[in-house]
Amino acid sequence: MRILLEGFTKRFGDVTVIEDMNLEIRDGEMLALLGPSGCGKSTTLFAICGIHGVDGGRILFGDEDVTRTPPQARNVSVVFQSYALYPHMTVFKNISFPLEIKHDDKAQIRAKVKEVAHLMHIEPLLDRLPAHLSGGQQQRVALARALVRRPSVLLLDEPLANLDARLRLEMRAEIRRLQLETGITAVLVTHDQVEAMSMSDRIAIMDSGVIHQIASPKDMYDNPVNAFVAGFLGNPPIAFLEGEVSDGRFTTPTRSVAITLPAAMTGLCAGRRIQIGVRPEFVTADPKGEVEAEVAFVETQGRENLYDLKLADGGVLRSIQPARDDIRVGDRLRWRIATEQVMVFDDQGLRL
Amino acid sequence: MSTAPRTWPILLLLGLASVPLVLMYIYLVIDTVTDAPPGSMVPDRVTVEHWRFLWQDIPGKANIWLVTLNTFVFATATSAIVLAVSSTAGYALSRLNLPFRRFFLAGALILHAFPTITLIVAIFLILQMVGLYNTLIGVILVKASLELPLGIWIMKGFYDTVPWEIEMAGIQDGADRFTVWRRLVLPQVKPGLLALGVFSFLAGWSEFILPQVLAPDNRVQVLSVYLAALIADDQSFDFNLFKSIGLFYVIPVIVLYLIFQDKLMNIYGGRSKG
Repeated sequence: MRILLEGFTKRFGDVTVIEDMNLEIRDGEMLALLGPSGCGKSTTLFAICGIHGVDGGRILFGDEDVTRTPPQARNVSVVFQSYALYPHMTVFKNISFPLEIKHDDKAQIRAKVKEVAHLMHIEPLLDRLPAHLSGGQQQRVALARALVRRPSVLLLDEPLANLDARLRLEMRAEIRRLQLETGITAVLVTHDQVEAMSMSDRIAIMDSGVIHQIASPKDMYDNPVNAFVAGFLGNPPIAFLEGEVSDGRFTTPTRSVAITLPAAMTGLCAGRRIQIGVRPEFVTADPKGEVEAEVAFVETQGRENLYDLKLADGGVLRSIQPARDDIRVGDRLRWRIATEQVMVFDDQGLRL
Repeated sequence: MSTAPRTWPILLLLGLASVPLVLMYIYLVIDTVTDAPPGSMVPDRVTVEHWRFLWQDIPGKANIWLVTLNTFVFATATSAIVLAVSSTAGYALSRLNLPFRRFFLAGALILHAFPTITLIVAIFLILQMVGLYNTLIGVILVKASLELPLGIWIMKGFYDTVPWEIEMAGIQDGADRFTVWRRLVLPQVKPGLLALGVFSFLAGWSEFILPQVLAPDNRVQVLSVYLAALIADDQSFDFNLFKSIGLFYVIPVIVLYLIFQDKLMNIYGGRSKG
């Protein structure tokens, strides 16, 4: 089911959290709402499911305006960060609750619960209470409860935040598998860019109630519209340097560092203040490289090493490369930057 | 019971200090089934005479079973009203976006702290005006409403610990607000309901001043009033009879405490276990 937010506005008291937001979620896709905490992504989610009222604008499911439709009638399922399982009911009762509310007949309920339990691999757990389940199992039950009544939209509010690292990896793939298998339209709220990139078809990146960019994960990574988006995506994150254009090159204010700009950017007029963003994978150690920097910190990640590089004027670059042990903290080396991959932003952070 | 070596002096001291209390309890029980010669503490014969009130009426007094039934009806009805109103009002104050919510909350606290006895004349007049003076219903309504502020406050505390997400999930699963309350939220506050129910039952069971003033008649007498009338009667003064009825009066309380003591501690913890 296609979801459309038109001019969506939400206030809490005098505080306007979201103003005039427009967002389209396509039929059958998984869209990630990505942003730092407090950016309004959960508010948007709760508006879609109907828990929060709307202070302006419209919400459409397909062609139907559901702005004033109560949450019970929207056929939207939500998986909460805390899972919100009903502690006094067994897993079976938890999953069957949405069907019992609809007064489905008993045999049909049993069949549907069995089916979804099979899908989520939780059949052996049906008689247990939520308190006797591990975090990952609770998560599966919450998903099963959300899916059992075949909702037209599935909303996931930070579904992986309470899981440990290994389980998070597993459930990431699991949730994506379910979404693809059922073909359900889903919205994922998360502050974790890795989750957003690995699970969704498209990402809408938000900050302070504003959507900065909506694009596929790869598009967004390669072509961020501004410095905020560029800084939010990527782990280890992109490094920014501030300076100005001089002679077709970027120089820092002290002129101690000069980096060639990408070919498309050579037209910038000299003296213009800009910032450049360099992703760590485009910085490599090379005796013929154009910048010199001191290794300030080495982080071993097993397959790769991450180096924090301190430039002569105090600016910081990062480099990630296959693990090697000939570079140590304190070494001064020359580094080559893949200059065509350098992203150029104006002094407001807008991509040039 | 295992105790650290240093605690025995304290235990000894506490033990000694408790001896008079324990002795009084022991004599309370012993005196109800024995007789002692005048001036002596040591009983010389066993008798069931002091329990005669169970099978024959004390002259001039109401039937003990009628009085017990009245007390039971009074305590149960009070408890039921307190439970019904507190469980709904507490939810409203905890969860619903009411106008004057803060006013109601503060009001409940002030009413709880308000000394009941200062209201008694006004209540007496009101009951007489509406024709509920000397009726059980009248005194039940009064007792329940005086117990309500604390009950509402306690239930609000329990509702506050129930996560919002559970309600949101219920709404999202298609249930209306009332169903969510009844099937999802109420079970979470069961420990609170249980404790509050027992407490208000006991409060009703032990209430004296309200029934004494508002329903003194023999037909609607409760045990506390019956006892008070017994000891106030100088004509036929019988201390052992008084003790027997007192013991009879306190047995349900002890039984309730024995059954529910763990659960009652919940009301102070104020938490529902998930």
